[in-house]
Amino acid sequence: MIRRLLALPNDDSRKIVFVAVSLCLVCSLLVSATAVLLQPLQEIEAGKNLRRNVLLAAGLMSEDDDDSRIDELFGRLEPRVVDLRSGAFTDAVNPENFNARTAARDPELGEAIADDADIANIRRRARFAVVHLVRDGDRIERIVLPAHGYGLWSTMYAFIALDADLNTVAAINFYEHGETPGLGGEIENPRWRSLWQGKLIFDEAGDVRLEVIKGNVDPANVAAAWQVDGISGSTLTGNGVTNMVRYWFGPDGFGPFLDRLRSEGV
Amino acid sequence: METSPRRVMLDPLVDNNPVTLQVLGVCSALAVTTNLLNAFIMSLALTAVCACSNGAVSMIRRHTPGSIRIIVQMTIIASLVIVVDELLKAYAYETSRTLSVFVGLIITNCIVLGRAEAFASQNPVGLSVLDGIGNGLGYSLVLLLVGAVRELFGSGSLLGVEILPLTTNGGWYLSNGMLLLPPSAFFIIGLLIWAVRTWKTAQVEPADHQIHAVHRQEVM
Repeated sequence: MIRRLLALPNDDSRKIVFVAVSLCLVCSLLVSATAVLLQPLQEIEAGKNLRRNVLLAAGLMSEDDDDSRIDELFGRLEPRVVDLRSGAFTDAVNPENFNARTAARDPELGEAIADDADIANIRRRARFAVVHLVRDGDRIERIVLPAHGYGLWSTMYAFIALDADLNTVAAINFYEHGETPGLGGEIENPRWRSLWQGKLIFDEAGDVRLEVIKGNVDPANVAAAWQVDGISGSTLTGNGVTNMVRYWFGPDGFGPFLDRLRSEGV
Repeated sequence: METSPRRVMLDPLVDNNPVTLQVLGVCSALAVTTNLLNAFIMSLALTAVCACSNGAVSMIRRHTPGSIRIIVQMTIIASLVIVVDELLKAYAYETSRTLSVFVGLIITNCIVLGRAEAFASQNPVGLSVLDGIGNGLGYSLVLLLVGAVRELFGSGSLLGVEILPLTTNGGWYLSNGMLLLPPSAFFIIGLLIWAVRTWKTAQVEPADHQIHAVHRQEVM
């Protein structure tokens, strides 16, 4: 049968269909075999990358460090699960293997966000979030919070670390996004990210005020502490970052959790 | 066309270089050459894709219907690019993140499709693979040169190792920030083409247009 088909002239439509179908079969086998075989390795790498980024935000690792100490350093962090609705710590899920992305789609673990509350444009979220505490004895030195929001083309995932006052940004680290390389993609740029250090999230009234502005921050401006330079050519990505911060530190995000932490401690 | 295996493999390095002579694949050459490591991985990826796609296209060349040959070639190339992308994600995660889009864009790299259509679809498998490797290496040569210049003078290092101590780190070298931006690769490739064509004058093309001085009255 195959021999007969191959013997047909190349412009015969039966042969055209045969060649097209068998080529697609071979190619799809090749692609799916690679994907399946390499998946475990890729997951290990992706997990390592995630831990690395938590450590970068936590200030325990610097950009130049290699991956050899990741597990040891990561052990110094204290992962805790937060119930986003009540803002309380909970043991409902295991922080080691809780995946907020798959949980967001889960009917039990995830929930839809009401349209008017969905500033960050993410539609659904997990009911829980894993935060990482950097402790010095009883005192919390830093707290690393996950956040994500929609930029221009893609959902941007970040870790934001706050200092002990739960208001000052210690570091921000975008670890996954699909923004335009060279424009919005510059949110990964270490120099731009370093501009966030020392900025304040909340104003005196307790509202989220931090924003990425258009152009450069004027240090003489009284609002400068709540402003981060925009990246030229990436106004929409910048707005997305602002919305992400507004959502995740607002009353629907980590707001209740941070309030509780402030009044009760850990 | 000269078809000794040696010529097939070595011609694309200088005499028939896909970037400097044919001016193909320039887009990715601009984007991935800010440092040598990225340029190297991209070179490796493209050479692998080009060699394998040439081999595969050549293998089925007698049974490829002319009416769907381009889409057949694209399917092969696209599958190979996905495989390369997956391999990078598993073995070079950090680099795969910086290169991500550009690895995907190998699919549209004219060098790969160009060689599949112009060479592999008419030549035996062995020669086609060599042609793929040769053209991949020709591209790599340019990429590595551009990458080395940009990283050395833009960041004062090569493969991340500091060569010229930067003023920002207390050294004496004030880095040239423009070299880290894509347009600088244009200049470097332009200079490279100029240099190659001065050396190999056979590559100089006759001008397409002649600019004449026109009298004002003629125009009116």
